[in-house]
Amino acid sequence: MFNGKKIGEIEEARRKWSDNLEPKLAKRPERKAHFVNTSGIPIKRVYTPLEIADFDYMRELGLPGEYPFTRGVQDTMYRGRLWTMRQYAGFGTAEDTNRRYRFLLEQGQTGLSVAFDLPTQIGYDSDHPLAQGEVGKVGVAIDSLRDMEILFDQIPLKKVSTSMTINAPAAVLLAMYIAVAEKQDVLPKELRGTIQNDILKEYSARGTYIFPPKPSMRIITDIFSFCSREIPQWNTISISGYHIREAGSTAVQEVAFTLADGIAYVEAAISAGLDVDEFAPRLSFFFNAHLDFLEEIAKFRAARRLWAKIMRDRFKAKDPRSMMMRFHTQTAGCTLAAQQPKNNIVRVAFQALSAVLGGTQSLHTNSMDEAFCLPSEEAVQIALRTQQLIAYESGVTDTVDPLGGSYYIEELTREIFDGAQDYIDKIDELGGAASAIEKGFIQREIQESAYRYQREIEKGERVVVGVNKFQVAEEPLRDLLRVDPAVRISQIEELKTLKSERGNGRVKGILGELRKAAQGNDNLMPVILDAVRAYATLGEICDALRDVFGEYQPVSTVGG
Amino acid sequence: MATKRKIRVLAAKPGLDGHDRGIKVIANALMDAGMEVIYTGLRQTPEQIVEAAIQEDVDVIALSILSGAHDFLFPRIMDLLGEKGVDDVLVIGGGIIPDEDIPSLKERGVAEIFGPGTRTDDIVSYIENNLRR
Repeated sequence: MFNGKKIGEIEEARRKWSDNLEPKLAKRPERKAHFVNTSGIPIKRVYTPLEIADFDYMRELGLPGEYPFTRGVQDTMYRGRLWTMRQYAGFGTAEDTNRRYRFLLEQGQTGLSVAFDLPTQIGYDSDHPLAQGEVGKVGVAIDSLRDMEILFDQIPLKKVSTSMTINAPAAVLLAMYIAVAEKQDVLPKELRGTIQNDILKEYSARGTYIFPPKPSMRIITDIFSFCSREIPQWNTISISGYHIREAGSTAVQEVAFTLADGIAYVEAAISAGLDVDEFAPRLSFFFNAHLDFLEEIAKFRAARRLWAKIMRDRFKAKDPRSMMMRFHTQTAGCTLAAQQPKNNIVRVAFQALSAVLGGTQSLHTNSMDEAFCLPSEEAVQIALRTQQLIAYESGVTDTVDPLGGSYYIEELTREIFDGAQDYIDKIDELGGAASAIEKGFIQREIQESAYRYQREIEKGERVVVGVNKFQVAEEPLRDLLRVDPAVRISQIEELKTLKSERGNGRVKGILGELRKAAQGNDNLMPVILDAVRAYATLGEICDALRDVFGEYQPVSTVGG
Repeated sequence: MATKRKIRVLAAKPGLDGHDRGIKVIANALMDAGMEVIYTGLRQTPEQIVEAAIQEDVDVIALSILSGAHDFLFPRIMDLLGEKGVDDVLVIGGGIIPDEDIPSLKERGVAEIFGPGTRTDDIVSYIENNLRR
């Protein structure tokens, strides 16, 4: 990048500069003895061309839309089209959530993102004993296709793209979405959206697993193969670092553990007989936008470069789209403070800005009240406006990767890339992501980082404004959004009605076929689709699969 | 010389919630403070938690919920403890719990609720000062 003579001049100048600084620092030391980021990477006083003197522009950066995609996956990025503004939302009944979706679309949101309640995410109907207290709480309760029809009532699936945060029962919810589309006369090939479908991070960080790893990976590869034929515009998985980071990992660990999961999915699909370029273009990712602004920007860039390299060199992908890491970002829920909650608006704003400067394809901005409850309409409106302010007022969207070439950003991108690569090597030695999870390695790494972070806050080494510094006495927040416990009662009533109205003989027959298919090797998607069309419930379908696959037993990673 | 029995704590995740960062951080902090901690893992029913508390003869049950199901699950656990005649175990809770829910949880016998931003030292000293046996 730089010629030798110029580098020599800079080296000489910096040496002098450092020498001159020494006596000044002796008198007036810096704020901290050591500056490090959340990944433990030491941060230098200043970055110059010296740090990136051996930089190979074409190999490490390239041009936008070209390998290794460090500068972005599209050639014009936000000059062409802004990211999709997609607020994760869902609570109570399908009617309640449908109303919120239509509000968000009226406010200029450009895609939907469905939050399901925990019973739905774990494959229980609302009348299951373990669903008590949880129905409609963290998302919308979906028991059958009937609820799904209400959820998307008056929402044209031909026009909107929908992301669904659903993992263990992803096949079932995707089948319901296809069935709703059929009723709207929309063809599967016209559908656009994403299912999260990332079971590995459920074992390591998020907790909504059902089946053991092996059958779970089979369901996932069945989905890859079905979607590549039937719904080619669908993102078949959203390989998620978001929850790994929320669980306490560092930025480097977030990249490493996410990409290690990605490698496991690619390997599973290849062993199931799929061609890499057939399914890899539809893999998508999901990252966290945390507090350290510049570290986050470098993280997104490093993740893109590393995935491109893995897909090209390790998996011999030929199609550039297989090497492109497209990702969704959400601001870091774990950084929201319950103290002085309006400060969260500002935290979210710069986290969102880091995601945009990092080249995200879609974005969710958290609402200021989420340390207490689900977001109120006012809070979610401010969160969406934050994205619109960045998009339309800040000017950062007018050129691609505006921070590319910053000495610090480029050096940090490289350090995060290298740190993540080291972790991936270690995970490979442990036999891959699934095996590293079974050994508790990934969980332990995450929880140690989480504990270290908390200690830093408690020792005052890490300042959280309003929490361990600049505190004030304050009144509790009022008028929080609450989910009526009666949601469970009405869902149970609906289930009773459904079971009295549908053809129960047909449902029983299809569930029998599903068990048989699960025992064999045929793709499970067509029979699951038949089951949801016949109004078999989510719980019934998952129970049929539980009968065959069994349930996951987690490993303990706390204590001796 | 008789060694003093360590304070025994059951760290528990009732319900379907998978957020275990907080409870694991607290489990680590309590262990560092010299307590013995038994962590239940995720998805425990109130019955399993009460059973484990009795089996393990704990002094403290520390419950964590971030899904909003505390309004059902915490009182259910208190009822079951009552049915089993357990009245000397200190029960504390934490997670995403709105302030306005705290008085009714305390009425049901949950001793204290620790929200986001709580120092782990404060939980340690609260436990040390409020043991019921």
